[in-house]
Amino acid sequence: MIRPSTSLQFGILFCLAPLAMATISFFWQPFDITELNISNRLKSVSLTHPFGTDHFGRDMLTMIMVGARTSIAVAFVAVGIGILIGVPLGLFAATCRGSIIDDGVMRFNDLVFAFPSLVIAILITAIAGPSAFNAIIAIGIFNIPVFARISRAAALSLWQREFILSAQVAGKTGFRISIEHILPNLMHILIVQATIQFSLGILAEAGLSYIGLGAQPPTPSWGRMLADAQTMVSLAPRLAIVPGIAIILTVLGLNLLGDGLRDALDPKLRGSIKK
Amino acid sequence: MSPICGGHNLTGIFMINYFFRRLFTFVLSLALASIVIFSLVEIAPGDPASFMLGINAQADTIAALRAELGLDQPKISRYLAWISGMLTGDFGISYTYRTNVTEMVGDRLWVSLPLALYALLLSTVIALPTGIYAAAKRGKAGDFTVISATQIGIAIPNFWFAIILVGIFAIKLQWFSAGGFSGWQNGVLNGIASLTLPAIALALPQAAILSRIMRSALIETLGEDYIRTARAKGLSSWQTIWAHALRNALIPVLTIIGLQFSFLLAGAIIIEQVFYLPGLGRLVFQAITQRDLIVVESVVMLLVFAVILVNFIVDIAYMLVDPRLRQDSI
Repeated sequence: MIRPSTSLQFGILFCLAPLAMATISFFWQPFDITELNISNRLKSVSLTHPFGTDHFGRDMLTMIMVGARTSIAVAFVAVGIGILIGVPLGLFAATCRGSIIDDGVMRFNDLVFAFPSLVIAILITAIAGPSAFNAIIAIGIFNIPVFARISRAAALSLWQREFILSAQVAGKTGFRISIEHILPNLMHILIVQATIQFSLGILAEAGLSYIGLGAQPPTPSWGRMLADAQTMVSLAPRLAIVPGIAIILTVLGLNLLGDGLRDALDPKLRGSIKK
Repeated sequence: MSPICGGHNLTGIFMINYFFRRLFTFVLSLALASIVIFSLVEIAPGDPASFMLGINAQADTIAALRAELGLDQPKISRYLAWISGMLTGDFGISYTYRTNVTEMVGDRLWVSLPLALYALLLSTVIALPTGIYAAAKRGKAGDFTVISATQIGIAIPNFWFAIILVGIFAIKLQWFSAGGFSGWQNGVLNGIASLTLPAIALALPQAAILSRIMRSALIETLGEDYIRTARAKGLSSWQTIWAHALRNALIPVLTIIGLQFSFLLAGAIIIEQVFYLPGLGRLVFQAITQRDLIVVESVVMLLVFAVILVNFIVDIAYMLVDPRLRQDSI
């Protein structure tokens, strides 16, 4: 067994924290955040309120816990959309490599990449109405070409290998080879890419919620908390700092996890990073 | 697809062939992008005419305004009118402001373009030295520090960083204004001052990405045989980097700088919201909420055009710079 790298250890630690908070919030929350308590507003850090309270008197720790659910759910489903549509598209393009279908898939990818993702996400959420669900769709669409491109590229090199040739000789169809032989060998690349896209999804959700196009009140989200904090930044900088740190640690954790997994899963890279 | 057998003539023919193929996909991408943008905007709920006239408007007034704006025309003819207008530089008339969209875009570009260039300059100035330093000190404490700093830099949402910058430098220290743009007519220095905090906020995550790319490109180049030869000749490590490795390592870095520019032009939308800057991003955001369809279509198309154009130029430049790519079939 290989000892997990420092990146991997920190990555797992930073990712588990928001995941644990989100999970615990389903069973237990320190305070009720649906009730506004103006007399308790802007309370500073204390034992009862470890992160203080916001301008409506809501407990910041509970807000962060419940907000983690939104961020994680949006990013998770958006990555899922990218994988479920992008990977089959990439594998299909690789199976028909050199054909007009392959060319079409690649040009489609280039086209989606050319669109300024944030502007289109704003357009989509404006068309369909601001909500966490529409934010998922808007972010998910841009994950499709990412997964299509990397799975096609990796599958293309696999198609040249001897074990694929022997599967072809055995009479297996392109579809079966893609599912039984190509896909399992792509897994490590897909897992690493998924963590990267996950972190980008967290950032994108925060951005959309910040301009009011993501999760709607009363559902707390880290991006919304930042939007509320903006006018209070001189009065209580803590309101901006706490959700910001939550976003940074989660994104940092996912990136470290991605790096750590890449080192652990790809034998060629193992040990080449810090020697 | 076409096999290349070497020889100057064949390479030349291949390059011309490649150029035209790439030009074709460039035009095709633009055409497809215009259709996608037009269709997306068309399905947006809310009639611009009703939106402009308010909830108490009479049906015949709305119909008259729809006719005036050309909204009663069939979709195909509206699409063709929009495209032919854009080709001649006429982006139409804004529904909300009743002014020429070309002029509005021109005005906003005077904010967005300098902001993108300013951010790009800052990001390059930070990223290249740190990336080169990390590569030169590979595996040592200096490298570790740069790598850790860039990991954190990538994880910071730029709009959060913007809020913190406002809190420190605008509200606490009062060195800069918290938002708004006074315009270039009040002095270039004033203009630069109001773009400084937004540019820093935009530049930081970009610098982190660029620094990592600079580092890995240089490390890869330093592993090449000709670098070993240069070291064997007796050049010091820094001399080798400066005289031989850097120039080759800069090729991927320049590509990313090009792509970052188009990202910064379009990606400043949230930063422009934080600082109340009258840029392109804020224009498109307001236009979306006001159902000013013609502005949305034109600005998004312009931004997409910028990205596709940069990609096109980068591909052609690559082909000219890197002889190895000329051999590949595309």
